[in-house]
Amino acid sequence: MKSPSKLIFALAAAALALPALPAAAQTNANQVELTGDVKAVKIVTDADGKERTELVAPTTIVPGDRLVFGTDYANHSAEAVTNFTVTNPLPAAVRLAPDADPALEVSVDGGKTWGVLAALSATNSDGTTRPAAHADVTHVRWVLASIAPGASGRLTYPAIIR
Amino acid sequence: MITYARSKTAFATISVSALLIGASLSAPAMAGGVTAGTLIENTAVASYDEGGTPRTINSNTVTVRVDELLDVTLSSLDPGPVAARPGAAVLTFELTNQGNGPEAFRLLANPAVAGNDFDVVVRAVAIDSNGNGTYDEGVDEILTAPQTTAVLAPDEELTVFVLVTLPEGASDTQTSNVALNAEAVTGTGTPGTAFDGAGVDGGDAIVGTTGAQAVARGALVNTRASVALVKSVSLRDPFGGTSAVPGTIATFTIQAEVSGTGTVANLTVTDAIPEGTTYAPGTLALDGTALSDAADGDAGTASDAQGIAVTLGSLPADTRRSITFDVVVD
Repeated sequence: MKSPSKLIFALAAAALALPALPAAAQTNANQVELTGDVKAVKIVTDADGKERTELVAPTTIVPGDRLVFGTDYANHSAEAVTNFTVTNPLPAAVRLAPDADPALEVSVDGGKTWGVLAALSATNSDGTTRPAAHADVTHVRWVLASIAPGASGRLTYPAIIR
Repeated sequence: MITYARSKTAFATISVSALLIGASLSAPAMAGGVTAGTLIENTAVASYDEGGTPRTINSNTVTVRVDELLDVTLSSLDPGPVAARPGAAVLTFELTNQGNGPEAFRLLANPAVAGNDFDVVVRAVAIDSNGNGTYDEGVDEILTAPQTTAVLAPDEELTVFVLVTLPEGASDTQTSNVALNAEAVTGTGTPGTAFDGAGVDGGDAIVGTTGAQAVARGALVNTRASVALVKSVSLRDPFGGTSAVPGTIATFTIQAEVSGTGTVANLTVTDAIPEGTTYAPGTLALDGTALSDAADGDAGTASDAQGIAVTLGSLPADTRRSITFDVVVD
């Protein structure tokens, strides 16, 4: 679980703060782990003709298809972490699905202001404002007061390819 | 376990730049959706306090590639049935690549449509090379078999002409349809049919809601004008009666009536002076207006030897012209 960005981050942090302890950079396994994944929502028809949705690997996806982006978090440390905020910028090619949790905290202005979608407004090209829509959402985020040692969870949001 | 490295400044910088990733990209808005080959990359960022120290971590980035959607629409650009007479006519269509990737389309025009009063002959399918919406012979490219368009970008439209010939046999107001069919070169099928690896950048190509094919009909109406000539005569003998004796004046009336649809062109009515009679000079008239006998500026000529000739030119349907002239019985 070593993405390039994380490696850069860890090395930079080590160089800035603890030049005397180079070992920190190598064994600096994150105490808190964040793992992303994406699934495609496919409608499959059972043998008895009933339709149901299934989350599958997104091998073939086209505009209009539904995706579910997931982030697993886990606190591997011996201490609780607090003010745990996971922020997820939406890829430009997707829009938030209309059936997203209405209580989900979102931003429609690139992460500057936040709220539930129903409380936000978007600005039209002519400067007027209107109630924000799912397609306006630029970021979603989840705020957890704390994660106990050893605790883990999963955060997801549904999206539709534009 | 070794203590985690800490630096507030570094974390703050990473956190801000991560927040701005989504905002700096503008979402493409196309009929076919996101362009095929687009990479959708998703990364989550977590910030939290650990023992009072703020930290930030990124998730791994998950990436999926948007595959190619095959969709096409075709519509007739003619405002109504194209009025045509036997001979050449042009039907105009518009083809649109509704998919999200570059795609070429095969075109096939079928003149044998159920319900046709007559079938035309399809001479060729052409594309509007100069983009002026009108077929220009020698300028607009005629497609050779298999009639395939150039590769069209997503949302790109193309004007297509179907060049047809109306048969001689058709009568006025009879109609005919020509069906133009367009199919994505990559493939067609029921929506959802996948062509593995046939899309942009080696991605898959998927048949969209249109089935990756489209049919549009262009209509033709045969406009055939026809001319009926009705000739009548009235006699006035020297005694005030209507007998045909030497000296009787016979007034001939030729009614020319154009019926049907459209226009007849270059219509000229000629008639010989009957044997045993002599043309009465200066009596030729069109719709009651005298025409001079000489070949001059007006529409008529008349002489005993050559008979009469009146040039009526182009006449639309539902018009009548009346030509009169007198002869004297010898």
